[in-house]
Amino acid sequence: MLNDETMRIDNSGRATTVWFFFDGQPASARVGESVAAALFASGTKTLRASPRERSPRGMFCLMGSCQECLVMVDGCRVLACRTTVADGMRVEKTPEAGNDD
Amino acid sequence: MTTDFDVIVLGGGPAGVNAALAAAAAGLKVALFDENTAAGGQVYRAPVYATRSSAVDHQTEHPTDHPTEQPGDALRRELAQSAVITYFNHVVWAVTADYRVDAAGPGGPMHCTGRALIVATGTTERVVPFDGWATPGVIGLAAATILLKSQGILPGRSTLVAGCGPLLAAVAAKTIEGGGKVEAIADIAGLGDWGRTLPAMMSRPDLMREGFHWWREISRAGVPILSRHTIVKVEQVHDGLRATLAPCDTAGRPVSGKRRNVVADCIAVGHGLTPSTEITRLLRAQHRYSRQAGGWIAVADQDGRTSRARLYVAGDGAGIAGAAAASLHGTLAGLACAIDLGSTDTQRRSPVPAAREAHAKAARFGRSMAQLMALRPGHIDSIGPQTIVCRCEDVTRGEIDAACDAGAHDVNQLKAWTRCGMGPCQGRTCGDIAAELLAARAHGGSRERAGCFSARTPLRPMTVEALTGNFSYDDIPIPTAAPL
Repeated sequence: MLNDETMRIDNSGRATTVWFFFDGQPASARVGESVAAALFASGTKTLRASPRERSPRGMFCLMGSCQECLVMVDGCRVLACRTTVADGMRVEKTPEAGNDD
Repeated sequence: MTTDFDVIVLGGGPAGVNAALAAAAAGLKVALFDENTAAGGQVYRAPVYATRSSAVDHQTEHPTDHPTEQPGDALRRELAQSAVITYFNHVVWAVTADYRVDAAGPGGPMHCTGRALIVATGTTERVVPFDGWATPGVIGLAAATILLKSQGILPGRSTLVAGCGPLLAAVAAKTIEGGGKVEAIADIAGLGDWGRTLPAMMSRPDLMREGFHWWREISRAGVPILSRHTIVKVEQVHDGLRATLAPCDTAGRPVSGKRRNVVADCIAVGHGLTPSTEITRLLRAQHRYSRQAGGWIAVADQDGRTSRARLYVAGDGAGIAGAAAASLHGTLAGLACAIDLGSTDTQRRSPVPAAREAHAKAARFGRSMAQLMALRPGHIDSIGPQTIVCRCEDVTRGEIDAACDAGAHDVNQLKAWTRCGMGPCQGRTCGDIAAELLAARAHGGSRERAGCFSARTPLRPMTVEALTGNFSYDDIPIPTAAPL
């Protein structure tokens, strides 16, 4: 696994750490980071499965264009790259990304 | 008809902000929309974390004196001090022919109207597909720059940087500066391609210095640079991602020769930028295809006037020319709009010739960089039949080729037959490649004949809640039933 601390640049000037959950697993982020970037930094790269082939997918463009980082936050579909982490936030995979078919 | 604003500017990058500032300075009532939380666009994106320089901004009279000011801080400060009404965090999902803009923002759905519209929506990154490009951990070069510059996060402990254009050096250098390791740089361009940019580079010694600084950083770190190499495959292996790199010719076509494997935990890859033209296409302005400009662009005069009255384009969305040119192009579009709306006097027209001259100079540099990133005609030859082209719908090149052979003659027909481009990205990711494949197979390479995906509303995928906002069913009036 990647060491979280090695992925962040210039830790000294960074804001405080907050904790959130991805599919129930705790993950850390610095205040202001997007869900996509924080998960990527903590080594969680797969966020969903493609609808047809069910192949793993994750953050790709990071600017709201490709739609690959779609996740659920508080029951709503959002792009992880356009959502800022909040303390205690519960992020889930979208229902169709599970292995329920 | 009365409108809410004189001008609505769509996009808060260097072009949009300067267009808004120029129009507002001419006395127009201006609104500016952007889906990000602050102005700057991709190139001057504000860091998400507090930096010492931004703290200084609030405390001193002359923050520009401070050497640690971030690029873009001046732009954001000027915007904040102007009369421009800003709508950040707003996703524009519809624009109609009477210049009504519909957006979803933090406060729910909203809309407004303008007499004129300036579209400064920038670009999306092109990635020419290869086997395994959809594997998590493979990201765009532009995504890597956002991680590094805005989020303060390394793309990986070890990163392979591949593709073409100046972003290669920028991503590699910033990764090294941030303490990360760059396994290799695989550049489709050769030294000759870079050499051809030298005359234009001489015109911008400041940017040339920055470029040399990047390459010095890279060579000091001992990063192997593989010129004329392209990624042909990425596989998941136990300790990360294994990329196969192949030598390629000047057209970007893989050729026989030694294949190299590089293992890294992140692969940052990008093959240039394509202008985002959904809005001008939606409004049926005339467009033309220009490989040098990055793809389809709105037909426009040098100040950004399109074929449609009071519709302007500015910045890289009007053709790739880089951030410096985008700023000046924005100013030109803002001034053109002010002149056309009759709200500026001849005295205000005087900056136009000077701005045009400065823009032409900046664009010369930007376009030479864009040359390095233009889609190479042989590059799509590297896409294997099993390789996914449309990520949203998992449509492979083989399926696209089969549809072409069965008679699909236009990308919209291809879309209807294969679902390529029909998914949530709305063709932004695959559109340029699908059209290139179809043009090569059915039209002898003519992109004009292959066409372009039709732009559709919503311009971004929207949830129904985002469109309806909060409401109570009890508040919906129920008409009294007519007597029987």
